[in-house]
Amino acid sequence: MAETFHLKMNQDLAERIRRHGAETFPYECCGALLGRDSAAGERVDSSAGEPSEAPREALDLFPLVNRRDDSPRNRFAVTADDVRDAEKAARQHGLEVIGWYHSHPDHPARPSQFDREHAWPWYSYVIVSVLSGTPAEMTSWRLNDDREDYTAENIEIRNRALA
Amino acid sequence: MAVKVIIPTPLRVYAAKKDSAEVSAQTVGEALGSLTKQYADLRKHLFTDDGKLRSFVNVYLNDEDIRYMAKEATPVKDGDVVSIVPSIAGGHQAQ
Repeated sequence: MAETFHLKMNQDLAERIRRHGAETFPYECCGALLGRDSAAGERVDSSAGEPSEAPREALDLFPLVNRRDDSPRNRFAVTADDVRDAEKAARQHGLEVIGWYHSHPDHPARPSQFDREHAWPWYSYVIVSVLSGTPAEMTSWRLNDDREDYTAENIEIRNRALA
Repeated sequence: MAVKVIIPTPLRVYAAKKDSAEVSAQTVGEALGSLTKQYADLRKHLFTDDGKLRSFVNVYLNDEDIRYMAKEATPVKDGDVVSIVPSIAGGHQAQ
């Protein structure tokens, strides 16, 4: 049975991701998701058929600058130094980098082969589609262990700030 | 030489949930080879099928990027720390 993944975030955080995508349109935006994962290092196994309480919460963002200046409309890049900065920022808030977000300007919120070739499992990869400058669908994905495909992750958006 | 390899959070699931591993190696490449021999499931997330480090996988010896040293042939000494840091990239298909 396929694994089931859940990513919690509050409405404000979801809006910040959408807004970042609108601000950088027609270029791609990108940033880190800072949060907690109570099952860090664990494989999520829903084969028992029990509903899994979402162990993963995005609690803050670390917006980054898209380093790709050759094709920023359809590519984004975050350097290793950016990653280390994001990890440092997370640690300072008692959080960890649980994933990454980026936008697909005028393109569906589906991961591309290019995305897959530059990803690791475990991270949540949030994609927001921005159509003609207006944020649209937002999805999240986790790369499978075999690196062949992604599994969709449910985004649970809550109205109030998480404790 | 005994060196410590820091395992990034996303890959700990493939390394018995450990956040680091002690390996014996003469070079950074040997350290990574030893690590992925010990934890075979790690290998495909660090290396391509033809054995090259994936383009988005960056390796640091202590605080120095090995690309600016001797890459995987960079020698290590006792007590060195090897870190694996991804650079993140993506985007939709070209129009």
